[in-house]
Amino acid sequence: MPKNPNVKKVLVIGSGPIVIGQAAEFDYAGTQACRSLKEEGIEVVLVNSNPATIMTDKDIADKVYIEPLTLEVLEQIIEKEKPDSVLPTLGGQAGLNLGMELAESGFLASHNVALLGTTAKTIKKAEDRLEFKETMEKIGEPCAASLVVENVEDGVEFAKKIGYPVVLRPAYTLGGSGGGIAHNQVELEDILANGLRLSRVGQVLVERCIAGWKEIEYEVMRDSAGNCITVCNMENIDPVGVHTGDSIVVAPSQTLSDKEYQMLRSSALNIISELEITGGCNVQFALHPTSFEYCVIEVNPRVSRSSALASKATGYPIAKVAAKIALGYTLDEIKNAITGKTYASFEPALDYCVVKMPRLPFDKFITAKRTLTTQMKATGEVMSICQNFEGALMKALRSLEQHVDCLRSYDFSDLSAEELKERLKKVDDQRIYVIAEALRKGVDYDTIHEITMIDHWFIDKLAVIVEMEDALEKGPLTVELLKEAKRIEFPDNVIARLTGKTEEEIKKMRYDNGITAAFKMVDTCAAEFEASTPYYYSCFGSECEVVKTNDKKKVLVLGSGPIRIGQGIEFDYCSVHATWAFSKAGYETIIINNNPETVSTDFDIADKLYFEPLTPEDVENIVNIEKPDGAVVQFGGQTAIKLTESLMKMGVPILGTKAEDVDAAEDRELFDKILEETQIPRAAGGTVYTAEEAKEVAHRLGYPVLVRPSYVLGGQGMQIAISDKEIEEFMEIINRIAQDHPILVDKYLQGKELEVDAVCDGTDILIPGIMEHIERTGVHSGDSISVYPAHTVSNKVKETIAEYTRRLAKALHVKGLINIQFIAVGEEVYVIEVNPRSSRTVPYISKVTGIPIVDLATEVIIGKTIKELGYEPGLQKEADYVAIKMPVFSFEKIRGAEISLGPEMKSTGECLGIAKTFNEALYKAFLGAGIDLPKHKQMIITVKDADKGEAIEIGRRFEKLGYTIYATRSTAAALNEAGVKARKVNKIQQESPTVMDLILGHKIDLVIDTPTQGRDKSRDGFLIRRTAIETGVNCITAMDTARALVTSLENAEIKENLTLVDIATIATR
Amino acid sequence: MKAFLILEDGTVFEGTHIGADKEIISEIVFNTSMAGYLEVLTDPSYAGQAVCMTYPLIGNYGVCKDDCESRKPWPDGFIVRELSRIPSNFRQDMTIQEYLESNDVPGIAGIDTRALTKILREKGTMNGMITTNENYNVDDIIPKLKAYTTGKVVEKVTCDNKYEIKGVSSLEENGPLSGSASFNKEAYENGIREKKPALVKELNGKGKKVALLDLGAKKNIADSLAARGCDVTVYPAGTSAKAILADAPDGIMLSNGPGDPKECTGIIAEIKKLYDSDVPIFAICLGHQLMALATGADTYKLKYGHRGGNHPVKDLQTGRVYISSQNHGYVVDTDKLDKSIAVPAFINVNDGTNEGLAYTGKNIFTVQFHPEACPGPQDSSYLFDRFIDMMNKQEGMEEK
Repeated sequence: MPKNPNVKKVLVIGSGPIVIGQAAEFDYAGTQACRSLKEEGIEVVLVNSNPATIMTDKDIADKVYIEPLTLEVLEQIIEKEKPDSVLPTLGGQAGLNLGMELAESGFLASHNVALLGTTAKTIKKAEDRLEFKETMEKIGEPCAASLVVENVEDGVEFAKKIGYPVVLRPAYTLGGSGGGIAHNQVELEDILANGLRLSRVGQVLVERCIAGWKEIEYEVMRDSAGNCITVCNMENIDPVGVHTGDSIVVAPSQTLSDKEYQMLRSSALNIISELEITGGCNVQFALHPTSFEYCVIEVNPRVSRSSALASKATGYPIAKVAAKIALGYTLDEIKNAITGKTYASFEPALDYCVVKMPRLPFDKFITAKRTLTTQMKATGEVMSICQNFEGALMKALRSLEQHVDCLRSYDFSDLSAEELKERLKKVDDQRIYVIAEALRKGVDYDTIHEITMIDHWFIDKLAVIVEMEDALEKGPLTVELLKEAKRIEFPDNVIARLTGKTEEEIKKMRYDNGITAAFKMVDTCAAEFEASTPYYYSCFGSECEVVKTNDKKKVLVLGSGPIRIGQGIEFDYCSVHATWAFSKAGYETIIINNNPETVSTDFDIADKLYFEPLTPEDVENIVNIEKPDGAVVQFGGQTAIKLTESLMKMGVPILGTKAEDVDAAEDRELFDKILEETQIPRAAGGTVYTAEEAKEVAHRLGYPVLVRPSYVLGGQGMQIAISDKEIEEFMEIINRIAQDHPILVDKYLQGKELEVDAVCDGTDILIPGIMEHIERTGVHSGDSISVYPAHTVSNKVKETIAEYTRRLAKALHVKGLINIQFIAVGEEVYVIEVNPRSSRTVPYISKVTGIPIVDLATEVIIGKTIKELGYEPGLQKEADYVAIKMPVFSFEKIRGAEISLGPEMKSTGECLGIAKTFNEALYKAFLGAGIDLPKHKQMIITVKDADKGEAIEIGRRFEKLGYTIYATRSTAAALNEAGVKARKVNKIQQESPTVMDLILGHKIDLVIDTPTQGRDKSRDGFLIRRTAIETGVNCITAMDTARALVTSLENAEIKENLTLVDIATIATR
Repeated sequence: MKAFLILEDGTVFEGTHIGADKEIISEIVFNTSMAGYLEVLTDPSYAGQAVCMTYPLIGNYGVCKDDCESRKPWPDGFIVRELSRIPSNFRQDMTIQEYLESNDVPGIAGIDTRALTKILREKGTMNGMITTNENYNVDDIIPKLKAYTTGKVVEKVTCDNKYEIKGVSSLEENGPLSGSASFNKEAYENGIREKKPALVKELNGKGKKVALLDLGAKKNIADSLAARGCDVTVYPAGTSAKAILADAPDGIMLSNGPGDPKECTGIIAEIKKLYDSDVPIFAICLGHQLMALATGADTYKLKYGHRGGNHPVKDLQTGRVYISSQNHGYVVDTDKLDKSIAVPAFINVNDGTNEGLAYTGKNIFTVQFHPEACPGPQDSSYLFDRFIDMMNKQEGMEEK
């Protein structure tokens, strides 16, 4: 069936800010789909509140709205743009829910707008628990015994009937928010009550526990003519019970015979046909490990995290094909872009093994529970490809950048076999290391399987790795043993460590014996057809397939690895734009990255894509083959920067800012020297290695001081200390991981924090604008609300900042991007930190000013000057718009995580409010972040003494808005004394009703709780904050944020009359 | 032990010996199925060939005798990247190593199967030798390789005597319907393993007598018919048309099988006679090619064949695309097809080659792919129902 001629203008709904369960994969899917639509001559209108995405670039869509994703905003956009169709299946659950609401309310029909792809009826059938169950029963596809309940009592009764444990799944939530397994009535009541609250429709499914069964997924495609195919199947190594986003996943399935494989495949096709899905769909099954019994767990009638993974694992561009299907094409009409010979109706055949591992944020949230459940906790993931499972797992481990590189990376050797068996019962991110130790201690496969329910086949593969570790340790290291170790992807440094040799010696032994990495192509067809897309992975002991390319200059672009807090999607934005810019300048581009969720790992972004870990050895393997003329590291975040030294040793010139200058910015002493030369002040401080030294420096400076390791992103490990005791505690935490670099101790200055991103060509600088943070210093810049243009500082301060930026960029010989953070205390400007690389604010500042910073930086790196590029150097004129970047957190997903803001970054994503006025931009930013108040007009204030003065001012303003204020004893006293009416509530341990009862009563809009200085040890404050977050109550922990919120609420009439900004109309400057 | 794979073009792959200890010369082909290595091994169509699996991890779930598509493995050799150390599946009876050894099939593991596949893709299917003789002499071996042909392999693989498979009398006999299996702990602990799930929901073939000409038939062809209630009589490939028709079948099924269809001159002549009868005929793979040859069409050899479980075929009658299981090196040449005799019914979406024919004015349709699946997708199993419909219709006509 050819393209539907009625579709000419399509509104594509994005997925909004990055949160756990909804990450970069939707930028990948959305970008691919928009390009696919434009290819067909369709006019694309895009809406997404997330400014760090590539999809919100004006070269991806024709009209771009970075606006809050609410029903009202979408309706307004539809009225303004008059699209003929809406495509809701590419924006994750958020986009899908909005599409549904638009359809259900009748708005689409009354405006003659069609829902493209899957229909609303289908979405309802797949998403509504009851309808889904009925549909499955109708076609004979089994679901676990279950009941949808709308109150706790029904849940308790049903659980009694089917027996504990039971699984709870709230309807219409992301990443399984609020779900869990209840083993008894107490747990059931707790989880169920919470789930009912979080569900968009107040429904939770209570079902028979199938924990321990194999979890198998199928990615399926169907077109409007009813043709269906499966793109890929995947097997979770962690059986049912762990969210697939947190599981180690392998593709294709490894332990299924053809009978099981085809049984589930046929079932998946049955389901997608009955649901009449048009586009991509993900079907999850639980398969009994010792029978053919299976259950359908769930169906996602849209592209998903799993479909992004399946696309990268197979080379099949699911989002692109889904977009074409939405336009009316059938699978046999769409060419497979990888082979150019086959069609989209061809099922990929893999001739390699793919392993995905989750990137979990427990290094950020040290108080959080590491347990893995049906609630997803991972912020990102890595994927690796190899010819064998062991190799793929070893590569995935080192891609995580979490100080792990083999199965000895967590030491459980002090546990006895019996203790290990006990430890194995704990389902957490360290389980594979525990299994490895159990194997070392001689625990047999059966026992490990019985406890973990992990298939014997996977246990045996872990055993292969353990045996290799032992063999290497025992020695001697023969050529044969080395070959075998490399076949299963042991990195040289691990072999060196185990054999007591140096990494250089191992490398030499390899080279002397011709043991080098070969690269194979991902071609969707197991080599059956010739493929034209150079998408490669490495393995040992094979023929190398990399095609020698022409004589263009080659540039290596190093990606940023898995999405983690502090290093998010914005670095992918930068990498992709740099790649495009190099390509435009005539370079052959090569990307190395390992994140399956990103645009940069799409096969048609660079001339060549290497899906590999970002370690020196893995990069060197590629360098040996490609011999690039240079590498750029400044766009890939800390991951890429860390590779600078190794690249230089390999003889690869670093394009742009030199490595020694990057060092100078990070090295305390070198940097102090530069500041002295350039006469720029900074907070006094010193470098230390031990707690003793740290205390000495702190005493010299006077408390409070900032303590942090150097060379980290997102302020990891950064803390404000107010006492010797805290210094000791923080130093202990920092030094748990061996530090290659000294730790910094600085005087803590309180002032306004400002930030610039600039391009420098060695002589001149270009500053697109100055951003100002709403929160005062002490809150990490990534967690601050950031306002462009800076709105409360004097012109003199702005001029000083521009001048300091110029001096610093020059002194550091920056060629390319530089990001600097300042503190303004009165008219005095201090520098906090200089990063001679791209930053998380680059995409947003580019979009709002219309200055394509990454493109300019790339041109400068190649050798152009700012003047040659047609720009007047210096601070650019302020744009016509105010843009406010609002951080977004995923605290509700991480049980036990401390939510109070501080110097360590905690947000997972961001959204943007853009408008002509500050107030409207602020309102939009809060709305985009999901803070839609007022509801009940009741709030709780409990602040530390130092904040009481501000609490009075803020409380008064809330009171004026009609809010009833509850406060704990001393806060209430302070408020009442100042004439702000506050009702006193009891603290947790006091008699009911306490502050907790209030929160749990669900009548509270907002909690303002500022933790006592330093790390809050009172369980009270921590509990209040956690409870608020887990019950879906907004919780603010900084007075500045609270003030911004009340300002926004005071301007709520804006809501009735939001002006929409098409950022594609902001002229490129 | 070291083993070597030596190709006609002089390429040598060094790997590890697996399976039986013997040297073989055979035609080297590759299969891209990711699961189903046992069904591949026991597919008689591989007689006279050595199979390379492009998926690198083989043997993961061992050997389950229930899943064998015939009484033994047929390939002359088995070529894999890596054999699993342990098999893991609740139904497994033995390891693949044991299975190869006990059935005298040699093989080679640890070679770069993708490199081999690319050679076959670029230069076309060729002959090769698997040997453990380290002192091989390529110059001596190549002439031997060139001289090898698969020959008249159908005779080797067909059954010796006619036999019957009774159709089921109730759906329960088929085992649990797919999706309705339920784990029985007690039975499991007594060593009873669940039967593989059935797809058939209706006994629409009840009482129908089907004659199956065994040209190297996979077990699931007869099973698919019997599961729908048909009584199937299996005939050796050499059976005359007269003998088959004498048993008065309601329909005739021509099976898959190995080798060059043009070698089967005797069988082709008998099939022409079956064509001339009015009995409905459904043919698969080799059977499809032989029917084409019997009615004046031609076949030719594909460069490297279609072997795998992921090929899209389009039903020209409905426009629907199905993913099919495939295993063929030869194909019917539709350019020279006489449209008054047969018209294309299916085509391969990838390369446009013929995947099925509908015979004009006849109750005959034939397909190149494998609706019986095993291994591979079950999407086209509806064709067995189409065949049964054809028999039912024929019966209705005769009654009139």
